[in-house]
Amino acid sequence: MSTFAIVFYTLMIGASCVAAYYHRRDAFLVLFSLTLASFLLGLLGGEVWLRYVAIAIGLFFASAGLAYSFREFLVQTLPREAAKVMRSAPLTASFGLFVILVYVVAAVFAPVIAPYGEAEVIGSSYAPPDDKMLLGGDQLGRDMFSRIIYGARNTVGIAVLTTAIAFLVGSLAGLMAATLGGWVDQALGRVVDTLMAIPQLVFALLLLTIVGTNVVNLILVIALLYSPLVFRLARAVAGNIVVMDYIEAARLRGEKTSYLIVREILPNATAPLVAEFGLRFCFVFLAISALSFLGLGIQPPTADWGSMVRENATLISFGEMIPLIPAAAIALLTVAVNFVVDWMLHLSSGLKE
Amino acid sequence: MARERGLLLKIRGLRIEGRADEKWFEIVHGVDLDLHRGEVMGLIGESGAGKSTIGLAAMGFTRDGCRISDGTIEFDGMELTSSPEEDLRMLRGARIAYVAQSAAASFNPAHKLIDQHTAAPVQHKIRTRRESEEDAMELYRRLRLPNPEEIGFRYPHQVSGGQLQRAMTAMAMSCRPDLIIFDEPTTALDVTTQIEVLAAIRDIVDQFDTAALYITHDLAVVAQMADRIKVLLRGDEVEEADTRSMLSSPQEEYTKSLWAVRSFRREQKPAVGAGETPVISVSGVSAAYGPVRVLDDVSFDIHRGRTVAVVGESGSGKSTAARCITGLLPPTAGEIRYHGEALPASFRNRTKDQLRQAQMIYQMADTALNPKKRIGEIIGRPVAFYSGRRGAELKKRVDELLDEIELEPSQYYHRLPSELSGGQKQRVGIARALAAEPSFIICDEVTSALDQLVAEGILRLLSRLQDELDLAYMFITHDLATVRSIADDVVVMKEGRVVEAGPKDEMFRPPHHEYTDLLLSSVPEMDPDWLDHLLEQRGVDNIGEAARK
Amino acid sequence: MGVVSLVAKRLGLGLVTLLVVSIIIFGAVELLPGDLAQQILGQAATPETVKALREDLGLDRPAVVRYFDWLGGAVRGDFGFSLANKRSVAEQLGPRFANTLFLAAVAAAFSIPISILLGVLAALWRESVFDRIANVSTLTSISSPEFFLGYILILFFAVLNPWFPSISSVTADMPFTERVFVTLLPALTLTLVVIAHMMRMTRAAIIALLASPYIEMARLKGEPRWKVIAVHALPNALAPIINVVALNLAYLITGVVLVEIVFVYPGVGQLLVDSVTKRDFPVVQACCLVFAATYILLNLVADVGVILSNPRLRHPK
Repeated sequence: MSTFAIVFYTLMIGASCVAAYYHRRDAFLVLFSLTLASFLLGLLGGEVWLRYVAIAIGLFFASAGLAYSFREFLVQTLPREAAKVMRSAPLTASFGLFVILVYVVAAVFAPVIAPYGEAEVIGSSYAPPDDKMLLGGDQLGRDMFSRIIYGARNTVGIAVLTTAIAFLVGSLAGLMAATLGGWVDQALGRVVDTLMAIPQLVFALLLLTIVGTNVVNLILVIALLYSPLVFRLARAVAGNIVVMDYIEAARLRGEKTSYLIVREILPNATAPLVAEFGLRFCFVFLAISALSFLGLGIQPPTADWGSMVRENATLISFGEMIPLIPAAAIALLTVAVNFVVDWMLHLSSGLKE
Repeated sequence: MARERGLLLKIRGLRIEGRADEKWFEIVHGVDLDLHRGEVMGLIGESGAGKSTIGLAAMGFTRDGCRISDGTIEFDGMELTSSPEEDLRMLRGARIAYVAQSAAASFNPAHKLIDQHTAAPVQHKIRTRRESEEDAMELYRRLRLPNPEEIGFRYPHQVSGGQLQRAMTAMAMSCRPDLIIFDEPTTALDVTTQIEVLAAIRDIVDQFDTAALYITHDLAVVAQMADRIKVLLRGDEVEEADTRSMLSSPQEEYTKSLWAVRSFRREQKPAVGAGETPVISVSGVSAAYGPVRVLDDVSFDIHRGRTVAVVGESGSGKSTAARCITGLLPPTAGEIRYHGEALPASFRNRTKDQLRQAQMIYQMADTALNPKKRIGEIIGRPVAFYSGRRGAELKKRVDELLDEIELEPSQYYHRLPSELSGGQKQRVGIARALAAEPSFIICDEVTSALDQLVAEGILRLLSRLQDELDLAYMFITHDLATVRSIADDVVVMKEGRVVEAGPKDEMFRPPHHEYTDLLLSSVPEMDPDWLDHLLEQRGVDNIGEAARK
Repeated sequence: MGVVSLVAKRLGLGLVTLLVVSIIIFGAVELLPGDLAQQILGQAATPETVKALREDLGLDRPAVVRYFDWLGGAVRGDFGFSLANKRSVAEQLGPRFANTLFLAAVAAAFSIPISILLGVLAALWRESVFDRIANVSTLTSISSPEFFLGYILILFFAVLNPWFPSISSVTADMPFTERVFVTLLPALTLTLVVIAHMMRMTRAAIIALLASPYIEMARLKGEPRWKVIAVHALPNALAPIINVVALNLAYLITGVVLVEIVFVYPGVGQLLVDSVTKRDFPVVQACCLVFAATYILLNLVADVGVILSNPRLRHPK
């Protein structure tokens, strides 16, 4: 048994014992099951797997620590009302907020942060990482690191724009349908049902074949296909609000539909709609990445995470992790947004009680 | 009589905490309770008194998010708070049973009544399945359920509400428990249905000599059911006494105030002069929801400065009549006249002034006020909308209105509805109606969601406003006590028709129409002998549903 | 309304939806700016070749006639000929569709039992460590693009530890066990995503259920915990669970496209993406129709399942 394995097991067992001694039942259960699992992994896969587990645990604690400090930081710096909300935020949410912040910074200051341009050829193709290129070169010898930074701007920017369009169209139609009722509601409902009867990705492929792949088409097609989902939510949320007596009172007063939507319904629908925006962003972002990965989304030479994975996928068969970094970047942002949305949903449901 | 029979349930210093916002708050603050074998104790209190929580705790049970933090619960010598879950489980259903408020929600929709009935006795090995089925039929018979042989083989949704409540009582009896907890068993029922359930419950508890905790907010009901009454307020005991002395001579101020509510009665106004044009006249109105006819040739008038109470059970069409008047549901026949001139059927076609004249106050103040708007805006909007007032003028008018409903303007103007109590919200609802300066207000069950004391305050306010502003009220209610206290004229409705109409003092004096009589006589009174007398009068087989035919 | 009429109504609605979807799929190609033949041949083509292709494709006939031709063919399993290789679309599609179904079936066989079990456990032990860990890991799994999960599995289980092949080339004459072995990594990728969805939905459904008064009543009747779950919760959980399963099987279909590309798995998804790149319209239309039909069918099964498991509908008044 190597020194690493001995240290690893000693630490794990020690931590379990400490947890047990201080009656931290949950922590003990987690630590000890991890210990047992690593015994099994060590036997089956050898030391390499122990290292993976150690790295995973290390990463976990690093992110937890980061989330903890970031939450403290926000509590200290934000105005009182917001700080009060932050104090009760789970670590996952503050982790999510931190990640989103990092992405925003990367997207806004991409040209400053990235050492090279997104289409600039620096070295040989698939050049290994060195001082010049932090993560090495891609299939054309462009700097991977710079392209990932620019990818934040392109991929996330396009996803945000698409989500915004889908959201605007969907929620507006949903609010109208709920408020007006009758045939408008019926007709919109039918259209949406039909649009949703085809799996989104397949439908997107069909439409993109026809209209051709460029960024504008991509944005419009994805926005069209994802607005029905927003519509459904907006319709459901507004549907629960329009049956309220205060809406009836406003109707009987003779208020116009626009007043009903803007002043009476919208303020009560904000929380679920904002959460829905986050959720929809995740789906749209994944869909655009998927299309780009298939070579049908954002087109070269624009740096984009989905296409970067595809272009460099061959490296994976040589045991390289670098092509997975853009994929991980996609996953990380989606996780972060999901964490924040989860917290917001919890907040808005908690306030109702 | 029960006193000598030994203590069955002994609760000492019971404290229960509930969880909210990750913190624990005490909701029951050290309550003592003694219940003897065969005794029925009424637990009475307003919402938030902790009566259901105490009832469940008597079974050693707390809902999710609640915990017993202190005190002892001794059932027949066994300490429940420290007993393991397994022992409590052996007790529940077998020796202590529970009857829930909503039978429709508490029966599992996926199983037949009989399967749910026999589960406990079979589980606790008290009876075999076969014996238990036969016993169920016997219990159904004793509870006077129709078709006792057959009704158990139906699914819950195939049985009416009143019958389900009796089936649930039968289920509670299935193991012949020593104690049954009745948790507001008749609250969700109409008065005429309530009677039969009350009578059935009382009979069966007597027959099997079962002890019971009867939880309710209705004084008159508890007067019929309980040997002793314990009054609770916000998790504390106010006082306890046997039923008759509690009714005749309550000791505590709070109890006295509860009793006093029923005494508010307004002078009946003299009859309307002939030839006076009514403010609102409903003539020959019929209406339907799709193919279902809900109103059939309904006519009545509402005059200036008078209150017309529209009375009926659920499904009688009283709220639909209001929807026709406001124009939310255009009638299929007949018309609504305002000061003698016909109003367009749909509110969409009415003028701003026509809309202004008829205002509405709703039952649930929670859904009637937009939770995201401040009180000033809620009341200010109709003022600005109808009168066009702006700025300081608008603020002045809103302040006047807040004064009118007895809420201090400087304190309440900027609040959100969630920062108000139930009664205050209802007052804001009234102010919003007044803000339009109407001549006619529809009050839809405005007091039924409120605790009695608060409700009385609202009735007094409405009555004062009527005198000051000469308003006409249409008062929709199912509660005859409210009718007695506020109405000038009464309209009795049943299944979409007007059964009887007239001035209040005539309506409350015999001879009545048959249905009015049934309705009036079914409203429980504070007299503990009321149910006995009534049953005597009607004959055992002639209560509730049977009497209606 | 009786169960039979409700189910019949839902079936009818499904059929109508399928018809409308087929119109969309066909009509979308018709909406192409300019002429299909011109599009295929490019700007450099001579008018003669364009005209020849037009006649070849039957484009000179009205759209409605061609739609019914196409639909009639599709019903009989004839989707016309590929523009790229002139082979029959059905011939290419048939075996690939079987492969895709196989992949989805393997993924479903893993994910359905595991996720329902995990979902029920998470609901029973809610707010516990198990629930929290499950929540975070499922969220992570849902958030990861399918190709990310796929490549991670390839990296760890095919490259760093060469236990499985990184390319899942299944052939028709493969023995069953080998086929499962080769399909395992793509199936696992799909499973990871679908388990997360299914588990979260099951958890939510069970929690909603456990809060109902009749569950409290069962506990207050002294019924043991397992009986409360098995007799009282489960029969009512059937509808939501059927719904969750069918919805996720439908979700598998979208996931399949990406996973097939990552693992070079010869299924419909790969064919679809290939044909999209080649702008091979007949194949694209056929693939879309097949995907849409499966999707609609699964949603239909979910709805019918919900109708059938509702005691109020099964035992009318």
